[in-house]
Formats: sequence, structure tokens, C-alpha cells
Amino acid sequence: MRVTVTVNGTERTADDVWPGESLLYLLRERLGLPGAKNACEQGECGSCTVYLDGEVVCSCLVAAGQVAGREVTTVEGLTGAGGAGLHPVQQAFVDAGAVQCGFCTPGLVVAAHDLLARVPEPADPEIREALAGNLCRCTGYEKILDAVRLAARRQAGR
Amino acid sequence: MDFLQPATWSEALALRAERPDALPLAGGTDVMVDLTFDRRRPAALLDLTRVPDLQEWALEGDRVRLGAGVPYARVLTELAGRLPGLAIAARTVGSPQIRTRGTVGGNLGSASPAGDAHPPLLAAGAEVELASAARGTRRLPVADFFTGPKRSALAADELIAAVLVPVAAGPQQFCKVGTRNAMVIAVTSVAVALHPDRRAVGTGIGSAAPTPRRAPKAEQLVAEELDWAGRTALDDGLAAEFGHRVAAAAAPIDDVRGSAAYRRHALAVMARRALTWAWDDLRRAA
Repeated sequence: MRVTVTVNGTERTADDVWPGESLLYLLRERLGLPGAKNACEQGECGSCTVYLDGEVVCSCLVAAGQVAGREVTTVEGLTGAGGAGLHPVQQAFVDAGAVQCGFCTPGLVVAAHDLLARVPEPADPEIREALAGNLCRCTGYEKILDAVRLAARRQAGR
Repeated sequence: MDFLQPATWSEALALRAERPDALPLAGGTDVMVDLTFDRRRPAALLDLTRVPDLQEWALEGDRVRLGAGVPYARVLTELAGRLPGLAIAARTVGSPQIRTRGTVGGNLGSASPAGDAHPPLLAAGAEVELASAARGTRRLPVADFFTGPKRSALAADELIAAVLVPVAAGPQQFCKVGTRNAMVIAVTSVAVALHPDRRAVGTGIGSAAPTPRRAPKAEQLVAEELDWAGRTALDDGLAAEFGHRVAAAAAPIDDVRGSAAYRRHALAVMARRALTWAWDDLRRAA
């Protein structure tokens, strides 16, 4: 089947999509966007987190056909269409040293981006709740929490 | 595999009748895992996310008619006041990424004994609304919907339209045990609903029997013994006996998530706590 979907502000079309394949597969293998990572393939790890119509989802749990005509934003698109450099949330992850092996980072960046858009100055329990669906097997969680706090402070201009 | 994507409810029911070999798909949190891990290969997927009727809820008398496709995230933000038990359970489902997709209708469709929505639906006395093109709509108590592990009363040509949940007349609670707060399939869970308007108590047990189930003897005990008029403090012995009767109503097994003995113990503790919290809420409200 053919799937046409807006990804990071640009309309994209993929052909010969198998109806049972995931949005994650569509993004990585057909549209050349490897930012969302493929790890658990069952919604447990959050590494494949993207926005679908403005809401965070595990792209491994969305059927490719379900996104036809919808809007997807991946970690590659956080800086806006044609955007260069890093989004402030990404920069905060760099500055706080919140990256070890880096595999979980794209999913965490999208989840943190969503949190800070909804809750500009989150308390620690809100950060933990928002990131509860993202696993870091290097267990670098403290630095990740630091990164979210740093991004929140910068966003508030403090 | 065919991908069927109806735009209306009548079209969905017609496709369901034509294609009993199609697997209904909503949020995908169960179905996509089965497909990816090659556990299921249905001849077709029936994507229900484009059917507007399923995405809505509305008041119908003193009940909320919750469309089968409303995700947990919306239950939390839009219905926590009217359906507190279901909202507490919704908050324990998966993670934010799961709650934006997973639906109460999908939970019912999977009919897992461990489904988080089921105990609060049982405790509240909810009904499930099923529909088919040939026979129209029928409603049945949620307790009659579950027929076995991952089996339900849903016929091959039927779809789950909605669940009808009475607006809470009193406090409701839900407890769940797992290895961490997020991303946990319940080891066991329990819901308690107080119905002070009719001096009754509802219960629901999850993940401790072949199906989610109520604990009628526990309900009957506390409905008769609670001080509904005076709303005096809950007697410790009564709360403990309630817990024991909830545990006795379960039929748990040993499996990878926990032992039968642990589940019984946890149920007794959780049921006692849930009743105590709910009763204390009721006393504060008075």
C-alpha cells in the first residue's frame, strides 16, 4: 500500500508499505530518518518516541497505515523545517552530559521536549513521570534529569 | 494483509461483517506487538482510529458513554471527576506514550485478565456496548463480557462501540502491584467503589483469576456493616475481613509475574487499603 504522511513539515510518500509494519519502520527504513531508535519493539523502552499529531507516541506501536494524512515530528524535526543546529532541549542534554551511549537520547529528547511544551517549569516528580516510558540502560538518569532542569531554566530565561 | 480503514461507524460494522478474519486495531499497544513478534498474522487489519463516533464521550443520563477509541490520556484529563476509579487506573497504564494511544475499548477487546481498566469498570457497575451490522446494538454488564483469559463475549461480526460507566456517586480507589510505577503489567490489582446513594460497595479484581472478576461476598459484608448514616471511622477488623474476602474471591496462578500466594496476600492488603482510603474520602466529604 501507499502511505502519504507529513513528516517534519514535509509531505512524504512511501510505496509498497506492508500494512502490518510500524511507523518506526516507515521512518527508518523507507524515509531515511534514523533518529527514532529501534530497540524493544513493544512500547517498553521509549527509544522510538515521536510526535503524532502533536502527541508523543511509541512509533513502534503505530501501524504505518494509521498515519496516512497525519503529521509526524521526529527528533530530526525539533528545530523546525530546515532548522539547523540543536534545539535548546538537545543543547541542554549536551551541556549536562546527559548522553552516554546515546541510544535512548532521541526518545528522551522528544519526551522532554513534550513535557517542557506542556509544563514549562516542571517539578522533579513531573519530570520523572514524563520520562517514565523511556529507559536508559547506561542508567544515566541523574544527568538526564539535570538536562531537563537546565532546559527548563533556560526556557524560563533564568 | 489488507488494511481496512473505515471512515464511519456504519462502514466499520459493514467491514466487520464482511471480514470476520480482520483484526480490529485501535491504539495498537497490544496488536502491534503481536504483529511485530509474529504472534499473529490476521488476513486484514481493521483500523478504527478514523471512526469519529469512537473518539467521543458524552453524558447519557447518570452514566458516561465512553467511546471505545478514547485514549487513556483523555480519560485522565477529561473524566477524572466523573470516573475517578477509571482515571486512577488510567494513570497507571504504561507511560505517557502508551496513554496517548491505548484505549479502554482496546483493553476490553484484548480481554486480558490483567487489563488495568477492568477492575474499576467492574467496581463501578459498567456496561459494554457491542454492535453488529446484522443485529444492531446490545449492552451487557462488563462482568458478563469476560469469558476467559483473553476471551470475551464479542461475536465475530461485532465491534465494541462504547462502555457505559455510572458517574461516581462516591469515592473510588484503585491499587496495582508491579515491579515499578511505569510500564508494568499488573501482578495483581483491585478497585473499590463506594455507592453511598444506594449504600452499596463495588469491587473489581485484576490479574488474579482467568478473568477480571468482582468479589461479591466482600461487597455484601461491607455494604451491610459500614456505618453509612453516621460515617464513623472504619473498623480495622471490618477492613481486614474485607481484604480477606477479596483475596478469597480470587483464583490466582503462579506465573512469571508472581506467585498465587503473593497475589492473594497483596490483594488482601490492597483491598483493605483501598476501602480505607475510599471510606476516609467519604467521611471528609461529609
